[in-house]
Amino acid sequence: MRIELVKRPERSKLFSALSPFIAFALTIIAGAILFAALGKNPLTALYTYFIDPITQVWQLHELAIKAAPLILIAVGLAVCYRANVWNIGAEGQFVMGAVAGSVLPVMFPETVGWWVLPAMLLMGAAGGAAYASIPAFLKTRFNTNEILTSLMLVYVAQLFLDWLVRGWWKDPAAYNFPQSVQFNPSAVLPELAPMSGRANWGFIFAIIAAVLVWLMLSKMLKGFEIRVLGSSPRAGRFAGFQQSHVVFFAFLISGALAGLAGISEVSGAIGQLQPSISPGYGFTAIIVAFLGRLNPLGIVAAGLVLALTYLGGEAAQTALGVSDKVARVFQGMLLFFVLASDTLIHYRIRIAGLGAKSSEAA
Amino acid sequence: MKSAGEAANLIEVRGLTKVFGTLTACNHVDLGIRQGEIHALLGENGAGKSTLVKMLFGSLEPTSGEIFWKGQPVKITSPSVARSLGIGMVFQHFSLFEALTAAENIALSVDDGTSLDKIAAKARDLSKTYGLPLDPDSLVGDLSVGERQRIEITRCLLQEPDLIILDEPTSVLTPQEADKLFETLERLRAEGKSILYISHRLEEVKRLCDRATVMRHGKVVGACDPSKETAASLARMMVGADVATAERTPIELKDAPELLGICGLSRKPAGPFSMPLKNIWLSLKAGEVLGIAGVAGNGQGEFFEAISGEVLQESADSVRIRGKSVGRMGISARRSLGAAFVPEERLGHGAAPRMRLSENLLLSRHATDRKAFIAPGGFVKNGMIQHATQRIIEVMDVRKSAPDPEAASLSGGNLQKFIIGRELDRQPAVMVVNQPTWGVDAGAAARIRQALIALARAGSAVLVISQDLDELFEISDSIAVMHNGELSKPLPRAEATYERIGLLMGGAEPGHTDPHRPEAA
Repeated sequence: MRIELVKRPERSKLFSALSPFIAFALTIIAGAILFAALGKNPLTALYTYFIDPITQVWQLHELAIKAAPLILIAVGLAVCYRANVWNIGAEGQFVMGAVAGSVLPVMFPETVGWWVLPAMLLMGAAGGAAYASIPAFLKTRFNTNEILTSLMLVYVAQLFLDWLVRGWWKDPAAYNFPQSVQFNPSAVLPELAPMSGRANWGFIFAIIAAVLVWLMLSKMLKGFEIRVLGSSPRAGRFAGFQQSHVVFFAFLISGALAGLAGISEVSGAIGQLQPSISPGYGFTAIIVAFLGRLNPLGIVAAGLVLALTYLGGEAAQTALGVSDKVARVFQGMLLFFVLASDTLIHYRIRIAGLGAKSSEAA
Repeated sequence: MKSAGEAANLIEVRGLTKVFGTLTACNHVDLGIRQGEIHALLGENGAGKSTLVKMLFGSLEPTSGEIFWKGQPVKITSPSVARSLGIGMVFQHFSLFEALTAAENIALSVDDGTSLDKIAAKARDLSKTYGLPLDPDSLVGDLSVGERQRIEITRCLLQEPDLIILDEPTSVLTPQEADKLFETLERLRAEGKSILYISHRLEEVKRLCDRATVMRHGKVVGACDPSKETAASLARMMVGADVATAERTPIELKDAPELLGICGLSRKPAGPFSMPLKNIWLSLKAGEVLGIAGVAGNGQGEFFEAISGEVLQESADSVRIRGKSVGRMGISARRSLGAAFVPEERLGHGAAPRMRLSENLLLSRHATDRKAFIAPGGFVKNGMIQHATQRIIEVMDVRKSAPDPEAASLSGGNLQKFIIGRELDRQPAVMVVNQPTWGVDAGAAARIRQALIALARAGSAVLVISQDLDELFEISDSIAVMHNGELSKPLPRAEATYERIGLLMGGAEPGHTDPHRPEAA
């Protein structure tokens, strides 16, 4: 007996929709086995991890806070991955967006006014886009592998932030702690419903970005250009589209969204710059993008799921006494299973008996 | 019981047949190769030569038929079985690692654990004996195509085969390299080895080979002694002059305006296997169908890319569309001037395989029909595109399984009808088609040819690049031949014969290589 994958004539709609759910179910099963191996009751553990963190309203606010940067970044990454541009450096663009957006509140802390916050957000988006243009330039000009360059630039950005908050931008009144001054109130992203929890406008930005990018990808010529060049570059050239334009476009838009996420996080959830401002949002967003089928609306749902893995990790640490790295394990399994389940979209499984002839190459 | 004549055959095949789906690539092929002869296998592209050879080397399994090796029936189930019998093969496209040395590449194909030094020494010996100058320590990446082929041949000879199969060996060589190869092959023959030599180059077959078997449409159509034939008679066998040539009413083109002009178009080769274009001149008038014949890989793809604007030219004047110099313009600008293009490769070039037909309509028409298909703000007008897609599907009789299926789910013929229909729907002034009916069933092919003639008679210029001579004779008003990146002067249909075109395709006519100039340059 042998298991064969047989190519489907058309992409399966059923499995396109089902694949994230299959992946999620497999993750739960693997998670249960993992908890059992650690000597915990799998059912209690899974309840603590996935249900308990979202039983109260303030917890939903926390979920939105975690989901906002994931969705913003993943929506931009979806544009890249649809264009077959492999931006792995959203974490760096997130950090550089946060740094660029913080110029005003850190260097001119006295500045107040209604325009401060919009200016910060714009500068954050511009900073992320500018940082993303480096791998785009290297790829289009020198044919450099963008996976490597964008990834390596993450570490440059993180060390740059580290240097800033330990040196030039350190708050002199912070007893030598590595952090910037607290942002003044006109530089802080307002909360949505301060009565019930901490969620801020970042989540609204994420939803708006998802809808706009969805419109672009599915309804506009630009989105068509991205999809054609991403799926069959030669046909894209035949259509008269230029690869280099799309590489820049994808990097700039995802860099801008990651930058916006960065400044929203610093201005909303944190309120100042610190050596570390992200628990790996830029990398987790890669999982969000794929779990959401590279569809911005699917990404909103996937962002909430991955945000839950962060909250669940914290809950598991306090309630079960396991390492909070268990969140990373769940995220990794989820990506692994979603990529594996995607095989079912293009292939169906056939179980062939012994001695059956394999199909011949044409 | 074997007769004496059969016993002399090193390998013999009887009734060998290979069926792919509905296509019979090899149809009851009989072939015998004697000890110590160079046997040519002749045929056009798609005649079934490669399929036959793959069955002999064990990379394809025959549907039916028998193979006898030294008089014994054998089943060649894999290349390693073929090698252990004593059959070696040198492929047209090499499988070498560029980052490794010649000796390391050879070592990779040797099954036992012979040391690298021993292999290098043996390779050096072999290369000396057979006149294949080769440095085993050189990096493959630094070597010319001819030198790489010597590695492949040395690798093949190391197995000490009795039968060596060479697939189009000179198609990648310079004339000097080819001469050296012939010396090697003659030396191997003198040692009693047999060689199956696949080629469509008639002159070298005449010079080198003892016997020839000619294939057409999957069948053996003749066997001969090439030295007793002329290149012309070989060409006639290969192409099949018995095909009826339909009479056409000639059209008067004297006063018709030029719609497409190619003026001294040259292009450097883009890679090791791509053909440079050399000083091509051509002029197409309104109402005309011009056919370009030629064996695959003689520069047709490069020529198409240069006309379509997927690759820009150095000089703007080298391509003219409706009197405008477009050499520096991209494909969208050329389309906007009224040109339409259909490339050879349907999936992945002419159409995006995983996109729907309606999206594939937008692929080539988003720039020319911007007003109709794109709303202000860059939004795609889906309704209009669906409407146009259904219109094309109806006009061209495209058969499909769903209202708007993915391109890859259509059969080759139906997708080609859609792609041609997509361009015809615009009523283009200039239509350039590469291989309009390659792999298309007879009914669809007839419809496509009819549509191309109708477009020309309505006042457009149609350029058809094809390897199917029957097709070109059916639809062209004149025929030019592309060989080695050069284009012959177009022959008016009345003067063109299969024989003359076949000769030009093989590069056998000496005057062919001289660059010609237009009358009024």
